Amino acid sequence: MINKKIKELAIPRWRYQLVLLLLGCLPLIALWHIASLQVISTADRGYQFLQGQGNARTVRTESIPAYRGLITDRRGEPLAVSTPVTSIWANPKLLNTSAKSFVVLADRLGLDANQLRERVSRYSSKEFMYLARHLTPAEADKVLNLKVQGVYGQQEYKRFYPAGEVTAQLVGFTNIDDQGQEGIELAYERLLKGDPGAKRVVKDMKGRVIKDVGLIASEKPGKDIALSIDLRLQYLAHRELKEAVKRFEAESGSVVMLDVETGEVLAMANQPTYNPNNRIGINSNALRNRAMTDLVEPGSTMKPLTVAAALETGKYQPHTPMDTNPGYIWAAGKTFRDHHNYGMLDVTGVLTKSSQVGTTKMALDMEPAFLRDMFDRFGIGHAPGTGFPGESAGSLPERRRAIEHITMAFGYGITATPLQIARAYAVLANDGRIKPVSLLRVKQSPAGEQVLDEKIARQVRDMLLTVTEPGGTATRAAIPGYTVGGKTGTSHKVGPRGYEPNRYIGLFAGFVPADNPRLVTVVVVNDPRSGEYYGGLVAAPTYRTVTSGALRLLRIPPDAVPAEQLAESATPAPHKGDRS
Amino acid sequence: MSEFVRRIRPEGSGLYGSGGWQRLHVDLPLLVLILILCGSGLFVLYGASGQSQHYLTRQAIYMGLGLVVMLVTAQFSPRFIMRWAPLPYVVGILLLIAVALVGVGAKGAQRWLDLGFIRFQPSEILKLACPLMIASYLGKRHLPPSFRHLVLALLVLLMPAGLVGMQPDLGTALLIFASGIFVVFLAGISKRYIFGAIIVVMAAAPVFWLFLLRDYQRQRILTLLDPQADKLGAGWNIIQSTTAIGSGGLYGKGWMMGTQSQLDFLPESHTDFIIAVLAEEFGLVGVVALLCLYLLIIARGFMIALNARSMFGRLLAGSVTLTFFVYVFVNMGMVSGILPVVGVPLPLVSYGGTAIVTLMLGFGMLMAISTEKQRV
Repeated sequence: MINKKIKELAIPRWRYQLVLLLLGCLPLIALWHIASLQVISTADRGYQFLQGQGNARTVRTESIPAYRGLITDRRGEPLAVSTPVTSIWANPKLLNTSAKSFVVLADRLGLDANQLRERVSRYSSKEFMYLARHLTPAEADKVLNLKVQGVYGQQEYKRFYPAGEVTAQLVGFTNIDDQGQEGIELAYERLLKGDPGAKRVVKDMKGRVIKDVGLIASEKPGKDIALSIDLRLQYLAHRELKEAVKRFEAESGSVVMLDVETGEVLAMANQPTYNPNNRIGINSNALRNRAMTDLVEPGSTMKPLTVAAALETGKYQPHTPMDTNPGYIWAAGKTFRDHHNYGMLDVTGVLTKSSQVGTTKMALDMEPAFLRDMFDRFGIGHAPGTGFPGESAGSLPERRRAIEHITMAFGYGITATPLQIARAYAVLANDGRIKPVSLLRVKQSPAGEQVLDEKIARQVRDMLLTVTEPGGTATRAAIPGYTVGGKTGTSHKVGPRGYEPNRYIGLFAGFVPADNPRLVTVVVVNDPRSGEYYGGLVAAPTYRTVTSGALRLLRIPPDAVPAEQLAESATPAPHKGDRS
Repeated sequence: MSEFVRRIRPEGSGLYGSGGWQRLHVDLPLLVLILILCGSGLFVLYGASGQSQHYLTRQAIYMGLGLVVMLVTAQFSPRFIMRWAPLPYVVGILLLIAVALVGVGAKGAQRWLDLGFIRFQPSEILKLACPLMIASYLGKRHLPPSFRHLVLALLVLLMPAGLVGMQPDLGTALLIFASGIFVVFLAGISKRYIFGAIIVVMAAAPVFWLFLLRDYQRQRILTLLDPQADKLGAGWNIIQSTTAIGSGGLYGKGWMMGTQSQLDFLPESHTDFIIAVLAEEFGLVGVVALLCLYLLIIARGFMIALNARSMFGRLLAGSVTLTFFVYVFVNMGMVSGILPVVGVPLPLVSYGGTAIVTLMLGFGMLMAISTEKQRV
């Protein structure tokens, strides 16, 4: 019985051996395969390859946004500042728009859930879309803390302009991706933007950053830029210009103030302007920095250049008599009229009264090329070279016809920007030296190039003093306590069919103190509709308020006898006396 | 009997010592190995599931339940088990038919039976019930079995395998088939049948490929040959898992430090592909250690089989042990990319209640067989 049982139980030995062999071999095969994946470097798709693959899935290089450089005024007041913000983006392929969390997400973003759903569906084939840009870190955290699948945050910087509309066209702005679009922001984009850094991070399947592995390159913040403008003067210029444009119902206007010694632009205001911090629905007209981009015919403000040329010929002296009878002159087939017959004047009087007849006579006494050369030396037709985007060079065409030669003498047929006019006056103010103008603060004042005899420059300056004195065309530009030299200008606007009969540009360009000028200021009021349009009426008052404020702020000591000035300011010149 | 076993079991001393464990029908070495495996399993699972308390506690509960099932099963005598073997088999077959008629589907396959309070896969029952039935059938016969008995055994085997295969669940069907075939093999069929079977299988393979396999099953086999062909689709799992394994290197990246698994690249990281997590986080060393643990359990299972008092016990223990071995091998093979992806969990490590309880039931039978001697 027992024997039989044992025999029954006998399973052939080879079967066990086979089973044991199988048991031994199969795990070894699996193990060998795993080992070949893990540690055998010679394997075709071995561990080096697979580790690389693993890292390729998770290790990403992320860019670290660089802090955009600050733009300040000459005294360090911030004009453009970057603040850290967070943008929320989504991977539409991972975002479940039918989930309940989606509604909460939309709510936190302050968006309508249905509209957002529709927007996401339009991007359904993409893997990236912005849900909201530039949220404050606190707002972004509220959204990101929901941990909705497929929703991520991205660190960015947003530009903020503390001075707002006051410096809008000069400073310009960046777009939503922090790239300069206008103004200094565009001109110095390379300097400001810096270099973004890079770091290695480990990301999970859903694209979330799990940890930082290491820094590849730290970000290099952009360079700070100090502009030449003084924000205090800029505010002043902005306020006064805005006031003038409103009062005279003008289309636009510009004010440029130069530091005579250094060539720096101390203020540059334009109207209309805009708020760079909220650019929704802004008028593209407001974007232009008119002081540098818009060309005007400078009109009578160019007469001092003609007079300088006349003095240079040696045929004229400041007190050389000029007969302007009978108040008009016929030349080159056209009649040029003064406002009324000034009778006998001298060269100074031609400027004081802004006589067309006197200017025409001087022009006729000069070679056209000689006069043009004088304008050329004053920088008319040459871009100021500030590097500002859209900076205009103006035009100073070769004139062949006599009529063109004559009109150039009183500032027609040529064009210049307000900044160019200011530069031309700075030549007079600098005793005949032309200096480069700068929008950036300069450390050393440039030597400049002598383009006009020093003596002639002084003579012209002295002559221009009379313009703001009683009997001149711009008594409203006079500043008590200071000697102010300058010249008014009124030119017809150019329309589609030539000069518009009833539309004007009123200008005033001046320097102060006249004896040793520190500031040159140009005011342009474009197309005033209030009835007054002479430069002496619409531009000179703004010149006075802006410049007198600047003199005070810059603590430039008065140079005129106080008693005399006080007496003058107590009896303002009659309205009628103001001429262009 | 092998040299190895002879040395482990000195003549006359029996496989077991006597004492309290014996009376409780507990095979102490097997219990210790199982407990170590369960502990390691929970450890790996916690990392693989992304520190999920939920999975950890549920898995621990399943294991506790499984251990109870194992200890209860161990109390039955093999004779009793043999006598009642047809019951789970018949019930299993009936449930499979029910699945085919009123089962619930998921992902294109109808595998589940919804009883309202619980959903389960009747095919799991057959993984044990089928070898049990064949062992009980052949165990009563003279061995080697006659041709008639062989054919009957094959019919008993093919019925559930066919039903499961039609669900379709090819992986489980093959496992059921294998577990039954092991019994037949161990029962001692002649070499002629074995070689004949091999030839038939090879001849039938093309037919199988062309007519019986579904598209997705063919796809899985093609994927095995070239995972890169469909990187984001069929090949995704296997590419991610081999990447995870390869990333581990010799010592691994450390517990819960695996990027592939922790960062959600590896699918099914806490169930069928958990060994890839182990390989990434503990490296080759971890894989070898786990494999050793499995081989020790298998060795113990075979010792029990060799020392079984009855033919039934011997066949059943051998089959249960071999099936366990197949689980381990197939899972490792599919995750490492040498076998097609079939849904076979890694025993006692992969998350999943049904598999754990079924495995524990098998171990319970092993214990019942190992402690039979005392009962006689």
